[in-house]
Amino acid sequence: MINKVVSNADEAIKDIANGHTLMLGGFGLCGIPENCIAALVKKGVKDLTCISNNAGVDGFGIGLMLETRQVKKMISSYVGENAEFERQLLSGELEVELIPQGTLATRCLAAGYGMPAIFTPAGVGTEVAEGKETRNFSGKDYLMEYAFDADFALVKAWKGDTAGNLIFRSTSRNFNPIMAMAGKVTIAEVEELVQAGELDPDHIHTPGVYVHRIFQGEAYEKRIEQRTVRKKD
Amino acid sequence: MVKKNKMLDKNGIAKRIAKEIKDGYYVNLGIGIPTLVANYIPNGINVELQSENGLLGMGPFPFEGEEDPDLINAGKQTITTLPGSSIFDSAMSFGMIRAQKIDLTILGAMEVSENGDIANWKIPGKMVKGMGGAMDLVASAKNIIVAMQHINKAGESKLLPACTLPLTGVKCIKKIVTELAVLDVLPEGGFKLLERAPGVSVDFIKQSTAGKLVIEGEIPEMLVD
Repeated sequence: MINKVVSNADEAIKDIANGHTLMLGGFGLCGIPENCIAALVKKGVKDLTCISNNAGVDGFGIGLMLETRQVKKMISSYVGENAEFERQLLSGELEVELIPQGTLATRCLAAGYGMPAIFTPAGVGTEVAEGKETRNFSGKDYLMEYAFDADFALVKAWKGDTAGNLIFRSTSRNFNPIMAMAGKVTIAEVEELVQAGELDPDHIHTPGVYVHRIFQGEAYEKRIEQRTVRKKD
Repeated sequence: MVKKNKMLDKNGIAKRIAKEIKDGYYVNLGIGIPTLVANYIPNGINVELQSENGLLGMGPFPFEGEEDPDLINAGKQTITTLPGSSIFDSAMSFGMIRAQKIDLTILGAMEVSENGDIANWKIPGKMVKGMGGAMDLVASAKNIIVAMQHINKAGESKLLPACTLPLTGVKCIKKIVTELAVLDVLPEGGFKLLERAPGVSVDFIKQSTAGKLVIEGEIPEMLVD
């Protein structure tokens, strides 16, 4: 059986270099590739373009990479839950491209499905439409948006096997499956790595063909951004 | 002048909007006042709430000690799921929005124009956090209800001839509920007054609406329990 296993995050990211474009899975802090982010900070690669729905918080997630000034450009749909991000944006150190969340997701999907471009109504008539081709289908206007071109996709899954198959848990799924499909090289960190044959083929969310390197992750903090609870009656 | 206590508060607006929800609806609730609508869904009405980060069947907040860091809503809050819920990825989430499988979208606005444009994501000069899923929702939804303030603290109208803030979407808003009124946006342009908040006069609503306001016949008071 094909084996995609590498020992750890450091080995997984060994050929990520200055100037590369990375996709990072996660929504807020949920489902982020914690081990790979820590390894990138340790490695010190810089001038990175990061495609990720959010930019982390001060002291966690992509926020860690911002603190070490490793990010040249963020492509996201919602950012700014951290002061360091705001500071770098306002000073001009950090370039930010804000795009609609659905467009972000679908441009990943397009890359993973071998489609060079997609049409979406999101942003028609707004500043998002500037410079973009618009076409009308059945009386409605759509913007043409291009598939992303990312060197690496860093994804986080719940379970994976040695063949690279992935299963996600709850809403930590979010962008991970589509980024896994889209990356030129996809690196997956999992909470539980099992032998090929242990996972039911019917239960696989991301087939191993999309995953180039997989490793058993460790010490997940899984920080909660907003701990909201209700009282028992 | 209308006494401040005559206007609806956030919960009043949410209660009125909840009456628009029909049995069997799939509903997306934006952050802010729209999330309160979940508290007022009438008994006997079965709905599924969609969370754009990849969940149908969103439930209430968990009990203390039962928070699951892998289970959050679009506002990054910990939540639970209800029986019959399902999880999917972000592309499917926005796919079902664009393909109009979601019956009703409820979101907030800073400004709405008389031809149905909406501005709710950016204030130039202030820190801009991004549009998130708002542009997808307003461009795709067949039914959108906006929950918003009719007038700001300075008494300035937010229902305008044209939006002054950067747009989220164009010609897409059809129904608005504010602290003063329920209004439709007419296809030919203009806000049509449908209901007024209990105790609020038609004259006050006229003064509070900078955009074109169409008033036909007697305007009933909202039924807000």
